[in-house]
Amino acid sequence: MAITITVNGKQHSVEASDDTPLLYVLRNDLKLKGARFGCGLGQCGACTVVIDGKAAQSCDVPLSAAVGKRITTIEGIGGVEKPHPLQSAFIAEQAAQCGYCASGIIMAAYALLARNPHPGEAEICEALAGNLCRCGTHARILRAIKRVTGEAR
Amino acid sequence: MSAPRKLPGSLETNRTLERWLRVNRDGTVTVFTGKVEIGQGITTAITQVVADELDVALERIRLEPADTVHSPDEGMTSGSRSIQESALALRYACAETRDLLVQRAAAKLGVSLEQITVADGVVSARGGGSVTYWDLADDHLLRREATAQAALKPAAEHKYIGMALPRRDLPAKITGIPAYVHDMDLPGMLYGRVVRPPAYGARLAALDDDEVKAMPGVAAVMRDGSFLGVVAKREEQAVRAARRLVRLAQWQNNATLPADVTPGEYLLMQPAHIEVISDKADAAAKQRSVTVLEATYTRPYVAHAAMGPSCAVAQFDNGKYTVWTHSQGIYPLRHDLAMALGVQASAVTVTHGEGAGCYGHNGADDVALDAALLARAVPGRPVQVQWMREDEFAWEPYGSAMLMKTRAALDAGGNIVDWQFDVWSYPHSTRPGGKDGVNLIAAWHLAQPFKPATPVNPALPGGGSHRNAIPLYEFASQRVTNHLVVQSPLRASALRSLGAHANVFAIESFMDELAAAAGADPVEFRLRHLKDPRARAVIETVAQKSGWRPGALGDGARGRGIGFARYKNLGCYVAVVAEVDAGTEVRVTRAWAAVDVGLAINPDGVINQIEGGIIQAASMTIKERITFDRERVTSRTWDDYPVLKFAEAPQVEVTLINRPEQPSLGAGEGAAGPTAAAIANAIAGAVGARVRDMPLTRERVIAALA
Repeated sequence: MAITITVNGKQHSVEASDDTPLLYVLRNDLKLKGARFGCGLGQCGACTVVIDGKAAQSCDVPLSAAVGKRITTIEGIGGVEKPHPLQSAFIAEQAAQCGYCASGIIMAAYALLARNPHPGEAEICEALAGNLCRCGTHARILRAIKRVTGEAR
Repeated sequence: MSAPRKLPGSLETNRTLERWLRVNRDGTVTVFTGKVEIGQGITTAITQVVADELDVALERIRLEPADTVHSPDEGMTSGSRSIQESALALRYACAETRDLLVQRAAAKLGVSLEQITVADGVVSARGGGSVTYWDLADDHLLRREATAQAALKPAAEHKYIGMALPRRDLPAKITGIPAYVHDMDLPGMLYGRVVRPPAYGARLAALDDDEVKAMPGVAAVMRDGSFLGVVAKREEQAVRAARRLVRLAQWQNNATLPADVTPGEYLLMQPAHIEVISDKADAAAKQRSVTVLEATYTRPYVAHAAMGPSCAVAQFDNGKYTVWTHSQGIYPLRHDLAMALGVQASAVTVTHGEGAGCYGHNGADDVALDAALLARAVPGRPVQVQWMREDEFAWEPYGSAMLMKTRAALDAGGNIVDWQFDVWSYPHSTRPGGKDGVNLIAAWHLAQPFKPATPVNPALPGGGSHRNAIPLYEFASQRVTNHLVVQSPLRASALRSLGAHANVFAIESFMDELAAAAGADPVEFRLRHLKDPRARAVIETVAQKSGWRPGALGDGARGRGIGFARYKNLGCYVAVVAEVDAGTEVRVTRAWAAVDVGLAINPDGVINQIEGGIIQAASMTIKERITFDRERVTSRTWDDYPVLKFAEAPQVEVTLINRPEQPSLGAGEGAAGPTAAAIANAIAGAVGARVRDMPLTRERVIAALA
């Protein structure tokens, strides 16, 4: 059965059952590989996208729940040629090692900055409470996000 | 015939220049390396050395993905050896290539070598006239054995080496461009999942899979002995079918795990190979002993816990396999794959693609065999297999549990006059490439099973279980003994720094206990026993940068501690000061490090590795432990195996002591041991009680205070 969802401002019709995790639809049907499978349990945040302005773990969102919503993925906020300020800040701080967690963290920060352009460190950490990083890049990632909140001032 | 000349780094085992690079007519340089990107930034560092030694711009350099057709065989990307092995080989290979090109240019321009200058591949004669590498090079130029006689550039002439250049691979990774094996999307690709037994020893007793074969999208259910997997058209269909198989499969398990004793107690109960690895006796010094201290330290099994569960893509066509993997060693993996699949190595092509950060031997190799077996069920179609999170936690090989016993004597002046150190551990490598078996999970579960190869404990001087067991301090008398227990009840293999994490934790914790007994400041006490000037420099630097105050006491909650090691006693020097708050939960609030890697090829790369190494080691040291009951591993999700979160991560300040005149040393693993010890010492300083068992949890602090 065809289901229509809106991702990065574009409508897509997908042939998948309505309980399919949104993550697999993004990755395999829409070929948007930036959201990544980390746990399938909503515990690690590697699959984070933004749905109607809120950070959501797409491994844990059935396709049916994504219908009629505005979904934004890492590919929708900027690219190599025209990066989003968060992406530029991650490059400036070299805030990644393996990078597997990076898209999810950037999207969680993106949702935070949309509702609060000037969060303090505690608020940033709170927004990233559902995101894990295993390489230990935490300090650089926090610096990168603070670089954007500083620039916004 | 004389023995072949010993060549630097991996040139020794891959001796022709064309194995390393190709100078192309289109103005590019293709570089082949057998070391792979695992999040450590090696590909960026390698382009820096190539650009400098060859005299070309960075943009001209193309790094070929490592594969078993084109790449030099450099074994594993592990042990912080990529800079010392691959980058060093490429420095010599490129310097020699530059010389060859310059000689050709001089002949062509009719001038002497002294009249030649090179800039970005353009060779110019002082008196006029020029020719480019791209015109000079041909297929024959590099078809020769390396001599390593060409001089490397001195530090003063480095344009790229020593620069904190940004990583080449990050723009793609932070914009969502496909970057990992996990992101591969080949035409006609199917998705596979495996269903592992519920416990190590469980065997598949019965399965009625008719229902699963009829599920939507299912292309094949593959059962071979106790190996069970499914291939489907869509990924979620494979996941659903695998879940259904979990419910339908009936397993039989007779094996048990030693859950009634601690991993340390269990180690002591086992027969061990005993080897004295350092023995220095000074009877007169021993005679001066007035105080003797003893202590026992332990580490539990610890997981790599990569963010991305392991993944591979495989295709089976006309008897040949093509496999894409994020393995650390494509050649050893090919060896084991060929054995398990019953084909010649030449029938298997293994290509590296990136994965999530790996930190050692995780499930990457295992899932490659899973994918190859499932691909065999659907010839001609590529199959991507990713493990589920539970597979990764329950089946990856862990960092070995360890136990260290220490005993030392002080003289009246507070000097260590005798040092005894005994370490118990399992071997630290069960990687593929073994001689007498196959080190891939699925191979053990086939109807015609393969045995695992005998575990390997990497030999000294680098060492495995005994890595950094011999202290760098100068003691008059010392005896260090390795007690190796060959078979671990839980699967164990290489995890970042191998035995160094626990050995340095024990040595450096005990140094603080001895300093306290001697009434000495921990920094001064270390320097008192240390002659190596580079070792002294990192300790003095970190003390100064952290504002270390001799005699400063903790306030019952907050405190600071120091830890030091030279990684493997031959790699980088790292000293760490940690600040903890043990008032409620144990938290590491700040850390400082001083690091000496000789010539730092990319200083920011080194700093990133040390920062990450500290934060990851902090997580392992205060939070992490694989749990198991008598049947099975019970750490299966991030809820069961918590790691450090953003709110818990310390601020880290790294000071790099650059020594451009010294050989470059790897940095990836150097922080693990010093960090563990610095935290333990900080807790002891903060609360006045010593915790000797990792993880250093609140419960253990309370128990130590009681």
